Amino acid sequence: MSKPMVIVENVGMAFDTKSGRFTALRDIDLQIAEGEFVSLIGHSGCGKSTLLNLIAGLTLPTSGNVICAGREVAGPGPERAVVFQNHSLLPWLTCFENVYLGVERVFGSRERNGKLKLRTEAALEMVHMDHAMHKYPHEISGGMKQRVGIARAFAMEPKVLLMDEPFGALDALTRASLQDELIGVMGKTGATVVMVTHDVDEAVLLSDRVVMMTNGPAATIGEILDVKLAKPRNRLELAHDAQFVDCRAAILEFLYQKQMKKAA
Amino acid sequence: MSALTLSASPAHAGAPPAAEKPAAANEVSTPARPEKPQREPLRPKLRAAAKRVIPPVMGVALMLGIWAIVAMKASGIPSPLQTWDAAVTLFADPFYRNGPNDQGIGWNVLSSLQRVGIGFGFAALIGIPAGFLLGRFTFLTNMFDPIISLLRPVSPLAWLPIGLLVFQKADPAATWTIFICSIWPMILNTAQGVQRVPQDYMNVARVLNLSEWKIITKILFPAVLPYMLTGIRLSIGTAWLVIVAAEMLTGGVGIGFWVWDEWNNLKVEHIVIAIFVIGIVGLLLEQALLLLAKRFSYGNN
Ligand SMILES: Nc1ncnc2c1ncn2[C@@H]1O[C@H](COP(=O)(O)OP(=O)(O)O)[C@@H](O)[C@H]1O
Ligand SMILES: [Mg+2]
Repeated sequence: MSKPMVIVENVGMAFDTKSGRFTALRDIDLQIAEGEFVSLIGHSGCGKSTLLNLIAGLTLPTSGNVICAGREVAGPGPERAVVFQNHSLLPWLTCFENVYLGVERVFGSRERNGKLKLRTEAALEMVHMDHAMHKYPHEISGGMKQRVGIARAFAMEPKVLLMDEPFGALDALTRASLQDELIGVMGKTGATVVMVTHDVDEAVLLSDRVVMMTNGPAATIGEILDVKLAKPRNRLELAHDAQFVDCRAAILEFLYQKQMKKAA
Repeated sequence: MSALTLSASPAHAGAPPAAEKPAAANEVSTPARPEKPQREPLRPKLRAAAKRVIPPVMGVALMLGIWAIVAMKASGIPSPLQTWDAAVTLFADPFYRNGPNDQGIGWNVLSSLQRVGIGFGFAALIGIPAGFLLGRFTFLTNMFDPIISLLRPVSPLAWLPIGLLVFQKADPAATWTIFICSIWPMILNTAQGVQRVPQDYMNVARVLNLSEWKIITKILFPAVLPYMLTGIRLSIGTAWLVIVAAEMLTGGVGIGFWVWDEWNNLKVEHIVIAIFVIGIVGLLLEQALLLLAKRFSYGNN
């Protein structure tokens, strides 16, 4: 692949808390190529969200740099769209209006309203939510809300898509169908994605690389696993694939042997 | 009062049939008794309706009973029947005008409502923007917190003389007390709403890089609206309490003044009627505002 889309350079993150300075991350070095799908996995509280927020620009690192598409990240922006864990749809807007808000912001200065509408509809169609376009978030299920959240992010045609445990709050079957949905969308758009997850199967199924993080405080990257399975992937075929099983085992070994939580 | 219980019951009785439907469908599909599909479901419906209607009716009956007994023992207190008769004559012509101090009860209620409306309107005009500013800037919160904490517990009637002094007239002075009592809930609830806008929504705004105008119209305002409506409901509730007392002191036309005037005329049954009228108007205001609030609650809030 060509030059990296995202470069995380020697990044450290410390929070000032009531009980003093808390170092959440240290010495993070990571390069993500254009079109690559990278997962961040690690035990709860190790700093996965913190790292994702640093790439999003929602927080700024206390040391080191984050560079996206050749420019230093100085704040959030629509070229780094975020899919939040709890969907974060605005409850007073319909699904269509939620997606449109982002589309209007990104393309509104260049395109006519009709084109913006088409973009919004296309994004909702892509996640198979066109039938519920004019419903309000409280009228649809959790899985459907998350689909709309993904549509909102994709509709902005971001350079990088950041997802923080996007399917974490969903039941296993809904999660599986959304993962398949995401595989389909990825095939069509070839987007660069960074996804936080705590689900080992999900990480292997979707990723080109799985970044495994050590336990906090002062967490850093422990190992990086290359997943060389051909794409697009099919979960049924993979279940018995030797390479898939190996990848899975490698992650499980890291999480439950090398990084077993001492306290828990 | 009986009119109220009647008007409340159909709304409640409307709900149970939906809940009864599955049970009714079950009975129809039970092979043991394939006949009489129509008569059976009616009975539980009636029973549910009775359950809703009987307790309030009993409550009202109890109140009327106690009232009748008290009226018999104590001289001067009119019985329910006497009050009813007085009410019938009174409401036969609620909108007459015999000079400035003798007007129908309808005019009195309307003037009180008008004072509440104007006083509250000014309070909203100042209180809502002030609440937004206080909620958005911690510095302002800290600055005004001691002042608001000090003034809020003061009875708005204590401000009446200031109003009389400044406005030199009774009518705007009464409106002024309404303004004072309405402004605190407006400021405090709006500020609280602004402070409680979920961080997630603000993060969405930051990631989408929305303009300040879009943030206000698409995120802040809708998120704060339910809190503002709570403020409005509390304000109007208090204002309706205060206006009666304020008008007793200032005179003019108004339900509070009317109560005082009827006391001077020793028409006690009219005072009892006024109590019911004030209660019913307060109840209607409250219900209307609750309905409005429900319209703007977004399913999960
Ligand atoms: N704003 C903050 N202030 C203080 N500590 C924080 C803040 N955000 C995160 N942390 C701490 O940083 C660590 C990593 O948090 P997080 O990135 O949310 O973990 P993960 O997403 O991996 O579960 C945790 O110990 C958390 O308490
Ligand atoms: Mg997290």
